[in-house]
Amino acid sequence: MKAKKKSVVDRIPNWAWLLISLAVALLVWTALSFGEKTGRSFCHPWEIPGIFVTVAFERGILLSDIASSLLTVVAGYLIGFVIALPLAILMAWYRPVRYVVQPWIQFIRNIPPLAYVPLIVLMLGVGRQPQITVITISTTLIMSITIYQGVVNIDETLIKAARVLGAKDKDVFVRVIAPASLPFILTAARLGASTALTTLIAAESVGSGLGLGMRIRAFNSNYEPGPMLLYIIIIGIIGLIIEKLIKFVERKLTGWQEKREI
Amino acid sequence: MAGEARDLKTDTRPVKVKIENVVKKFDGRNGEMIALNGVSLDIHENEFITVVGPSGCGKSTLLNIIAGLLPATSGRVLCNGKEVTGVGTERGVVFQQYALFPWLTVQKNVEFALNMRGVKGKQAQEEAMQYLEMVDLAKFANHYPKELSGGMKQRVAIARAYAADPEVLLMDEPFGALDAQTRTQLQTELLETWEKKQKTCFFITHDVDEAIVLGQRCIIMSARPGRIKDIVDIDIPYPRDQETKLSPRFMELKNHIWGEVYKEYLEVRK
Repeated sequence: MKAKKKSVVDRIPNWAWLLISLAVALLVWTALSFGEKTGRSFCHPWEIPGIFVTVAFERGILLSDIASSLLTVVAGYLIGFVIALPLAILMAWYRPVRYVVQPWIQFIRNIPPLAYVPLIVLMLGVGRQPQITVITISTTLIMSITIYQGVVNIDETLIKAARVLGAKDKDVFVRVIAPASLPFILTAARLGASTALTTLIAAESVGSGLGLGMRIRAFNSNYEPGPMLLYIIIIGIIGLIIEKLIKFVERKLTGWQEKREI
Repeated sequence: MAGEARDLKTDTRPVKVKIENVVKKFDGRNGEMIALNGVSLDIHENEFITVVGPSGCGKSTLLNIIAGLLPATSGRVLCNGKEVTGVGTERGVVFQQYALFPWLTVQKNVEFALNMRGVKGKQAQEEAMQYLEMVDLAKFANHYPKELSGGMKQRVAIARAYAADPEVLLMDEPFGALDAQTRTQLQTELLETWEKKQKTCFFITHDVDEAIVLGQRCIIMSARPGRIKDIVDIDIPYPRDQETKLSPRFMELKNHIWGEVYKEYLEVRK
């Protein structure tokens, strides 16, 4: 560790580092856009605003694609959460449920959703329903495992402490287990949101008329790398915004924690 | 046992907790492990009992059985003449790891105990503040546990345990994780509190000095299997404070108890 004076690294504020990081990325991107092979995938950064105007206003597809994808993601994610929470609690409380269900959650979790999408299409056909189903499956798996692990790892001394103070089962659940699980539930919510987005492309591969994932494949078939890149960046930005939102809620609700960060 | 016979003659207070031939076995990886092998003890009302012994002598197990957090394999514990079958609000516990609810402020932690015995709302808030004043932490009422030092956390835990108003206070190495200075400070505070609001205390420690300065009787346990090896009357009058630790009688008792415990350590290391 270097001591003495504050080093240059420390003296530059975080927002400035963000700008520097952005500048470096733009520089790398620009370099790539001039490469013979890499230039095929990467348009020049300064072309992006023009492409944005084209897809957003002239062709008018961007907003409806975002809306469609968000609807799919949010619906699948919310259903996933509603299933995952009680499932996790059941797994934590009833060992038979744990022993029967958990191995399969682990098993399916490691299969890329793209692999089982055709099976879902066979059952549900094309349209929004199978898309939501794919996202529900992937988010349920990750969220139930995360919440379950949190609930079983609740510090048992806290439950003991509540009991010796006279807490009944109901008190223990409402006043100890629920608040103690909250950090894990929020972590699960964050991981679930990121899974929902990464599953989007697979989900929309079932064939749909709208959506960010579907559009990227359409751009691909028409050889439009510029709009493709723009859409990819937009997916990244949406992910970032969702993560920041959930982190904000986490800080508000679980600021009492000794340490966190996953 | 010699200790008990002597005690019965001198202590005329009613028996609060009666431990009758308690045996505790655990099924371990290497077969059955006997943690406690026939422990019997009478704890009198408002008596301050301290327990010392090498780690693994089952002192925490015994405390958990008295608390009703663990069942005994055989034998039984009576509290106020009734057999202990589970936790009960007449028996409070202070844990070494503080066990404060991290999502509640200091005041709300104490209120939790009050709520559980039916004190609600404004009444609970006011009473909680009184208990916090008792441990000198009223200023920190709105802090979260993570903002407190270890010593402060344990004082909150003690305030919370007192707020539940138990008749018996079981303390499992409550000062074990604290630095020497904080530890002596909390010992003094605990003595003052106990002298003001008398309670039956069962206090586990691995610190012989602590056992002598706090207790009226010191139980020495032996390891593997855990048994009561000796019971020593601490005949030093109260009020006691840190200077008590310099008195000749203290030294004598310390020599005796420390020798007994040290023999046990050697025994365990064999």
